[in-house]
Amino acid sequence: MSVKLRYFAWVRERVGKAEEDISLPAGVTTVGGLMDWLAGRGEEYAHAFENRKFIRAAIDRTHVPPETAIKGAAEIAFFPPMTGG
Amino acid sequence: MKSTVRLQREPFDAALEAALLKRGRSDVGAVVTFTGVCRGNEANEPIAALTLEHYPGMAEAEIERHAAEAMRRWPLLGLTVIHRFGRIEPGDDIVLVVTASSHRQAAFAAADFLMDYLKTRAPFWKQVERKDGTSWIEAKQADDAAAERWQEPAARRDAVE
Repeated sequence: MSVKLRYFAWVRERVGKAEEDISLPAGVTTVGGLMDWLAGRGEEYAHAFENRKFIRAAIDRTHVPPETAIKGAAEIAFFPPMTGG
Repeated sequence: MKSTVRLQREPFDAALEAALLKRGRSDVGAVVTFTGVCRGNEANEPIAALTLEHYPGMAEAEIERHAAEAMRRWPLLGLTVIHRFGRIEPGDDIVLVVTASSHRQAAFAAADFLMDYLKTRAPFWKQVERKDGTSWIEAKQADDAAAERWQEPAARRDAVE
């Protein structure tokens, strides 16, 4: 399954790109599992995902907790806690 | 009931937006206008500017969800939310919430609710620009606590009654 990943704020800076299309490996079924897999993709990813407490996620533009299943997702985003307003 | 949500790079006119909400109607008895402004200091250090990054598409959707929630909870006659993005200098406006109702309580409460949720749920991130570089503003616990006040789980309502 192919999915678009998007990164914002310091997650984007650490990963070094704003978005990418990836092929989900078999066995990666949840948002948290995807973060584990991404963290193993290289130094910049490991740095971006080193402290999960400070990473928030959205599937198809809706906030989701890490245990959420990613089956059927078209776009998954990772970003720090929000500081708008 | 008129509800407007806009994200824009350009400045907004708070007085004009407030006037638009009551124009041509006589049932509005209260208009609350909140404007969030860029301070010249962050953590006691002078700053040159803030740059607001946002998640296009999701930011609008998230604000519209909370605007709909505000309309469900309070008897509003009009609601406008404008959030700017891009580079904003000290003294310039960042965010506008205008609520109109027949009476003040609903207008105050809805504006307060919307600001608390904008702070913690709308996908915006503030980067501080100083003379010697940039850094990201960290989310504040106090903002999370402020947003939690508005949660209405059945358990808590039962406990209060």
